[in-house]
Amino acid sequence: MFENAPIIKSTKEFTATRNACKLCAPLGASVAFKGIRGCVPIIHGSQGCSTYIRRYLISHFKEPVDIASSNFTEEATIFGGAANCHAAITNVIGQYKPEVVAMTTTCLSETIGDDVKMYIHDFQKDSQLKDLPRFVTASTPSYQGSHMDGFHEAVSSAVKAFAKGGDKGTHINIFPGFVSTEDLRQLKYLLSDFGFQFVMLPDYSETLDNPIWESYKRIPEGGTPVSAIETCGSAAASIEFGTILNYGALSGRVKNSRLSSTGANYLENEFGVKNYRMPLPIGVKNTDRFVKALEEISGKEMPLRYMTERGRLIDSYADGHKYIFGKKAVVYGEEDFVVAMTTFLDEIGIEVILAATGGESGRLADEIKANCPERGEQILAKNMFDYEKIREWCIDNKPDLFVGNSKAYYIARELDVPIVRCGFPIHDRIGGQRIKHLGYAGTQDLFDQVVNAMIQYKQDHSPVGYKYM
Amino acid sequence: MDAFINDRKNQILTKGKDDATIACGKASVAGSVSQRACVFCGSRVVLYPIADALHLIHGPVGCAAYTWDIRGALSSGPQIHRLSFTTDLKEKEVVFGGEERLYKALISLIETYKPKGAFVYATCIVGVIGDDVEAVCRRVTRETGIDVIPVMSEGFNGTKKDGYKIACGALAKLIGTDTTYEAPEYSINILGDFNLAGELWMLAEYYKKMGVNLVGAMTGDGRIDDIRKAHKAHLNIVQCSGSMIGLAKEMKEKYGIPFMKVSYFGIEDMSDALYEVAKFFKSDEMMEKARTLVKEELSVLLPALAQYRQKLEGKKAAIYVGGAFKAISLVKALRLIGMKTVVVGSQTGNVDDYNLLKEMCDDGTIIVDDSNPNELSEFVKQTGADLFIGGVKERPIAYKLGLGFCDHNHERKEALAGYEGMLNFAKEVYASVCSPVWQFMK
Ligand code: SF4
Ligand code: SF4
Repeated sequence: MFENAPIIKSTKEFTATRNACKLCAPLGASVAFKGIRGCVPIIHGSQGCSTYIRRYLISHFKEPVDIASSNFTEEATIFGGAANCHAAITNVIGQYKPEVVAMTTTCLSETIGDDVKMYIHDFQKDSQLKDLPRFVTASTPSYQGSHMDGFHEAVSSAVKAFAKGGDKGTHINIFPGFVSTEDLRQLKYLLSDFGFQFVMLPDYSETLDNPIWESYKRIPEGGTPVSAIETCGSAAASIEFGTILNYGALSGRVKNSRLSSTGANYLENEFGVKNYRMPLPIGVKNTDRFVKALEEISGKEMPLRYMTERGRLIDSYADGHKYIFGKKAVVYGEEDFVVAMTTFLDEIGIEVILAATGGESGRLADEIKANCPERGEQILAKNMFDYEKIREWCIDNKPDLFVGNSKAYYIARELDVPIVRCGFPIHDRIGGQRIKHLGYAGTQDLFDQVVNAMIQYKQDHSPVGYKYM
Repeated sequence: MDAFINDRKNQILTKGKDDATIACGKASVAGSVSQRACVFCGSRVVLYPIADALHLIHGPVGCAAYTWDIRGALSSGPQIHRLSFTTDLKEKEVVFGGEERLYKALISLIETYKPKGAFVYATCIVGVIGDDVEAVCRRVTRETGIDVIPVMSEGFNGTKKDGYKIACGALAKLIGTDTTYEAPEYSINILGDFNLAGELWMLAEYYKKMGVNLVGAMTGDGRIDDIRKAHKAHLNIVQCSGSMIGLAKEMKEKYGIPFMKVSYFGIEDMSDALYEVAKFFKSDEMMEKARTLVKEELSVLLPALAQYRQKLEGKKAAIYVGGAFKAISLVKALRLIGMKTVVVGSQTGNVDDYNLLKEMCDDGTIIVDDSNPNELSEFVKQTGADLFIGGVKERPIAYKLGLGFCDHNHERKEALAGYEGMLNFAKEVYASVCSPVWQFMK
């Protein structure tokens, strides 16, 4: 009784985006700000944006996600949002008693030219309140870049707002990017086991993945304290995952030549904190790279536990390689995630036939070539793709496997191809926020899933079924 | 209640304690974490189920991305409505205007998908940069021969309710454009049902059994051509979520079609929705058929409900939903399974709705307009609720605090209307309230 959405195989250029493979900037910024302790994000614009963004995040994290809105009306849109901005801050302080108020703009408030920094400045000047929270603002018009650009913009704004210089310490900064809450926890274990003192920004491992509560917490526990962010400028080094980062925000700029930089960039330029920039540690090679950096900075060897994890992972590569060799995969999602995931699949013998993103940096192809020694040259990498383009492409080039978030589920279902869910968002499964991707352990989980997906496909389509591998 | 936003005090009342009338229909306070969405959201909800239309969202990517196929509105045929199209504006257009991009987007989409009509939603930024969306729509209508209807739903221009109005305005442009059609005897339109999880099909089946003919459904499983001829129906039946009452009024004025408000949730309201139609058509035969139908349905439903009622007797529920009329039905439906409502609120209720709720509920029930997570969690704690009925945004609040939850909004994938729906509802409530998992959270 149900038809599929019409299949269009034309090569026509659609001016419209059809099922976007990206989200908008304030969403990314809100996630990053959720990783600061005691922080309440306010989206400065009209109500819908914040409600939709909350709804979207709640679906993935399965957690309450309190993000306030300055609730623009027509009046604010015409006369500017100063009054709304001030009222919003006052009400958020009254209700939440936050340590930090983080304002992120929308397309609307950016376009009418609201100067949020100045509004906050005025607020601080005029306020009768004692113990004002700290403030941070991010400029996140969505017509400049995607949610990832918003995410990195927020991280970099927080660093710029709070980091101070000073005598070099032994601690390090880690900028993990937009990864799962379990990934953040795994990273913290690894760094602690290495003996590092570290500042991780953002850290929403608790704020967006809470245990149960006895009563509603206006602000969930966890997050990076501002006092820790202040020490970023005196760290021994920074490690930053991702090689594309917020580069997309630079493309297509018309009026604003303000160059986006990342938090780690800024710390390097401003305070001379050496930045180790590398792809997300997914796969053996990428994780080795991360571990090597840690060894270099600490002068210590990787703890035994991780040697064993690595050994076990490689052992399983041997156990599983046959079921996946030469299988054709489509990888999609945000750019740095796609680069790292493609590298991983490349090293286990899966042929990535399409690596697609809605991101706008234009650098995906180069990064994939640089990081995938097996087949990097042959991989079709597409920036500014949407799901309908992926769908049309897949109808002609039937892949064996999809690797990415849950949004390509309808394509996978239509083509009867398994999908290994990872990344963001996972809206049709429980535990999406806890999927492990990073390090040897995260790679292990992914590897098992990928191999098992192939085995199950074979079982499901075998006329008799079989019980041994 | 010290930490609640002060300006909101008159939007909350406790039955038996406060005599004042509740304040509602206000814009949300800046800085609140309101559960409400925007004008665009209101329009999108209403028009979304029209399955053979192209829905193009003119603006930057977010508004379209977040609304991609999130609703459970099913179509029995075309599925174009489930795709999310957007002009995905970039800075260049924000500076120099997006009309050209909109035009090109429309032409290529219409050529490819061959929809029966198109809706173009203007979002916040379009209102600011001043694109003449209406002019572009007219031009594309002329060039392609299909109706391209502008939906001027800039998010900041009011509340979700205003979005409903704008959507009804868009529908009104289509209604009456098929002049060749003549409706058979006993013809109705169903308004305000969105065919979530196939609910419309159930309703249509009931009415069919009574000998009633369905001309158009607005908008569940809707089709452009049916909407064009909807002015020929003899009666509009409006599911009163408030979303389409405006259209019903307009059709009455313009085409003289009377309307009646109904609800399909719970057996009393569902049965009334059938009886009232028979009364309207003054047909004894139809009334007899309706009675038989209800009797048959209840003879299956009531015994099936008994076991749930036994388990749920005396449990307490909190309701926070979009429309107040739904809340009213829910209070009754909960009663049927032995449960008591202790908190009830909505995003968009009006004074009459709240007064009715006040009448229906027991003393001590908290009644609230346009609430937020802070308040809601406080209310459920105060009242010791065992169940929360709400939407996706309320779900984690309930679970985090250790109480059962039932999803009752546009995004649900379970049918809750009609007799079958009542049973689903009871099952779902039972499955959540009586699950052993809560023992670890008390
Ligand atoms: S931009 Fe405007 S229309 Fe779009 S979601 Fe935000 S408030 Fe609604
Ligand atoms: S207006 Fe901009 S910020 Fe708001 S939802 Fe749309 S794209 Fe996102």
